[in-house]
Amino acid sequence: MSTTLPTPAPINLPETDEFWAATAEGKLLLRRCDDCGVPIWYPRPFCPVCGSFRTSWSEASGRGTVYTFTVVHRSGIPGYREALPYVVAYVELAEGPRVMTNIVDCEPDDVVVGMPVRVVFHDTGAGSALYRFQPDPTATGELTSPRS
Amino acid sequence: MTIRGKAFIAGIYEHPLRVIPDRSNSQIHAEVAAGALADAGLSFSDVDAYFCDASAGFGPISMADYMGLHLTHVDSTETGGSSYVVHVGHAAEAIAAGKSQVALITLAGRPRSAAMAGRPGGGGGATPDMIFEGLWGMSGAVTGYAMAATRHMHEFGTTSAQLAEVKVAASLHAQYNPNAFLQTPMTVEEVLASPMISSPLRRDDCCVVTDGGGALIVVSPEVARDLSRVSAKVLGHGETVKHADNGRLDLTYTGAVVSGPRAFEEAGVTQADIDYVSIYDSFTITVVETLEDLGFCAKGEGGRFVLDGALVAPDGRLPFNTDGGGLCNNHPSNRGGITKVIEAVRQLRGEAHPAVQVPDCTIALAHGTGGSIGSRMGSSTLILGTEDA
Repeated sequence: MSTTLPTPAPINLPETDEFWAATAEGKLLLRRCDDCGVPIWYPRPFCPVCGSFRTSWSEASGRGTVYTFTVVHRSGIPGYREALPYVVAYVELAEGPRVMTNIVDCEPDDVVVGMPVRVVFHDTGAGSALYRFQPDPTATGELTSPRS
Repeated sequence: MTIRGKAFIAGIYEHPLRVIPDRSNSQIHAEVAAGALADAGLSFSDVDAYFCDASAGFGPISMADYMGLHLTHVDSTETGGSSYVVHVGHAAEAIAAGKSQVALITLAGRPRSAAMAGRPGGGGGATPDMIFEGLWGMSGAVTGYAMAATRHMHEFGTTSAQLAEVKVAASLHAQYNPNAFLQTPMTVEEVLASPMISSPLRRDDCCVVTDGGGALIVVSPEVARDLSRVSAKVLGHGETVKHADNGRLDLTYTGAVVSGPRAFEEAGVTQADIDYVSIYDSFTITVVETLEDLGFCAKGEGGRFVLDGALVAPDGRLPFNTDGGGLCNNHPSNRGGITKVIEAVRQLRGEAHPAVQVPDCTIALAHGTGGSIGSRMGSSTLILGTEDA
């Protein structure tokens, strides 16, 4: 199934300009603490682990696994309500953070916890792209085959 | 109790800039917090109480998450420009009462820059937590709670039929409440046959959506003594914000792991002493996780704990939500906390419906949840007793 999900443009806070600009170029950035080294999610120029403001961007691998998910069968959100059923999930990135996203390019009923996924970008038309995830056929282990 | 001499202001910080076009309100909150903590010689990890106004985000929840605070006292009293003076007073009360050792109060806003640039700023404005989670078709609260349920099922083998038992118990109680929105007893099979909303949660795993409200009067012991009406004694209380913990969120537990033990400790009672519980029941999974986190059963055992009519009054092991709860009776303004306290007081007064009145009910617990167990949440536990408890 090809994605039919809408691509709403994010509200762009000043400190996430670079993050969203990178998504338009097919890159998923992670903010990292220069003092304690942890990746920071959601992106912010402040480390909630050690309290440091010394942080900088690094590029994420774009790979992860499904931590949890839900198949949404009822929705009143314009764009999404026309795309039912769809999958909202938390993906645990290889770098550690669990990020909210959609799982796309597979049947909703084929999504399982622990499934390897990789990032895909859907252009919002506003200088940014939404980071969504599809099954990763290159990962080792049990896979759900992507369908298109 | 007086706060005189019971609290001191140890750190102050005024942001040095007067035009801040390139930062969010959230960042400015964090910057002034860091400045005041440095002035006091303290760090973020020392803070156990947080105060902010209504423009900081979703009450105190957004900034607690942003700054990684681990809290046992929160307050977002909104009285306009006087809010922060009020907060000092509330912080002193909290400290005098032993609820806090280090309280942080912050204010941030960018009305000058927001007016010029059209960026969110000024009074309110988007916080990054909501931006990064507002893009994916979260369809109301159910989507986040459904993801918590999926993970709970994955880790502990919890089943949809076990979740359904929670709704069934609530419905058995609601049949005696002539004001309940849903008054017909349900079976597990009927719950499982209701339409899927956001898997694994079905329509009947969800609370009702109702108008309405509630109120509480809290008085001093002196006033209570002179009243003819029976009162419920406040025995213990705990509160916290549980958040995403820098992207390491764990959806299998709630803030009750912090608020519960503090309430039990203050009340000087244990789970075995509790005769009745009002458990926030926005969804069936909310009840299962909360019961575990309050220590009524081991983590992961909640699905099995609710079987065999455990929650059904008057004879179940732990009678709950005898008004029918949010699942069947009422969830006014999409916020169920006040009805939880109201039914606990009815039980302690012996004024619940006779069919669901717990015999000799002397100690009751009411637990409230705010926000979402699927991301970040407020949590508060209240333990009440009869007048002579």
